[in-house]
Amino acid sequence: MKVKFKYILFFISIIWLFSSGFKPLFCSENISDEDNQKLDIVEKVVDHDYVDFYFLGKLYMPKFHPVQIGNIKIDFSPTKSLFMMVLVSIILIVVLKRAAYINTHNKVPRGIGNFVETIIVFIRDEVVRPIMGDEGIKMLPFFLTLFFFILFSNLFGLIPFMAQPTKNINVTSGLAMITFFTVQISGIRKNGFIGYFRSLVPKGIPIFILPIMVIVEFIGLFTKPFALLMRLFANITAGSIIVLSLIGLIFILSYAGILIAVPFSLFIYLLEILVAILQAYIFTMLSCIFISIAIHPEH
Amino acid sequence: MELAYFAAGIGAGLVVIGAGYGIGKIAAAAMEASGRNPEALGDIRTTMIIAAALIEGVALFGLVVCILLAVKS
Repeated sequence: MKVKFKYILFFISIIWLFSSGFKPLFCSENISDEDNQKLDIVEKVVDHDYVDFYFLGKLYMPKFHPVQIGNIKIDFSPTKSLFMMVLVSIILIVVLKRAAYINTHNKVPRGIGNFVETIIVFIRDEVVRPIMGDEGIKMLPFFLTLFFFILFSNLFGLIPFMAQPTKNINVTSGLAMITFFTVQISGIRKNGFIGYFRSLVPKGIPIFILPIMVIVEFIGLFTKPFALLMRLFANITAGSIIVLSLIGLIFILSYAGILIAVPFSLFIYLLEILVAILQAYIFTMLSCIFISIAIHPEH
Repeated sequence: MELAYFAAGIGAGLVVIGAGYGIGKIAAAAMEASGRNPEALGDIRTTMIIAAALIEGVALFGLVVCILLAVKS
């Protein structure tokens, strides 16, 4: 079983390399005049209504009629990002259910249960407890959901044929919106409606800068989640663009480009694994800090 | 239209200068701190990575603008 799995992985990676990166090696005569040989980077990064499996063809998503609400037309038809997001969710459910099963039925966690438990203990002891104290444990499921979803969707794009759902700005803005509402609601629940909005402005400032401070703090409510969503989106998009640009060097330099493109894109690819974990960690930690600031305004 | 490419190139360069300076300062401070107090190495490393990632995020905002400039032209 194990050996077969290894062979399948090897086979898939070889096919992937040949289908994307190594193409000019075999048809180097007609690169320049063939129009479909052009590497359009933006085309690869933006969202589509189909999923491209290269030589296996394209999987088209169903199209729905746009819904009209007032003056706004909203298109609810699924896209590539939504497809990838559903796949990530299914994988997450399967993996975490399996881990929970292993951890409840064995005294000592092992295998995938061990891996998941390490992450959970890390988030609990290194992120939530130092920042929020013991009352943060109550909100631990929220942070763990954020962390696991972002981590798995960031790592998902590194698999051949797949794409990160977080490469789409709508996904990250949805995540940031969840954080935004959680911050507001937890702050209001703890301090009361008036108390929360009064606590946004620090006490004991002179009366003549009070109007400016109110405006600045009110804008600050929205810039914090905006920075959160832009950071995740820009990091993931920049990673894919850099890998594609390095592969595009082959089109410019032909054979000599392979010597530069392959090691460099491998390096960026490995860096992407670090970035995936780091961005998930930072998103979780900053959400934790924002919620902690909303609950304890004095600090 | 060529000016947009020009602006994108110069902007990318400026972004890299800023981000490199920022991350360099963080790394220097972290190394100095860990040299003075080797027991706090873990904490210093975590805070260093967080600060570096924050700077990188700001740098990537600029990079996205540069890419948009280069694509739109």
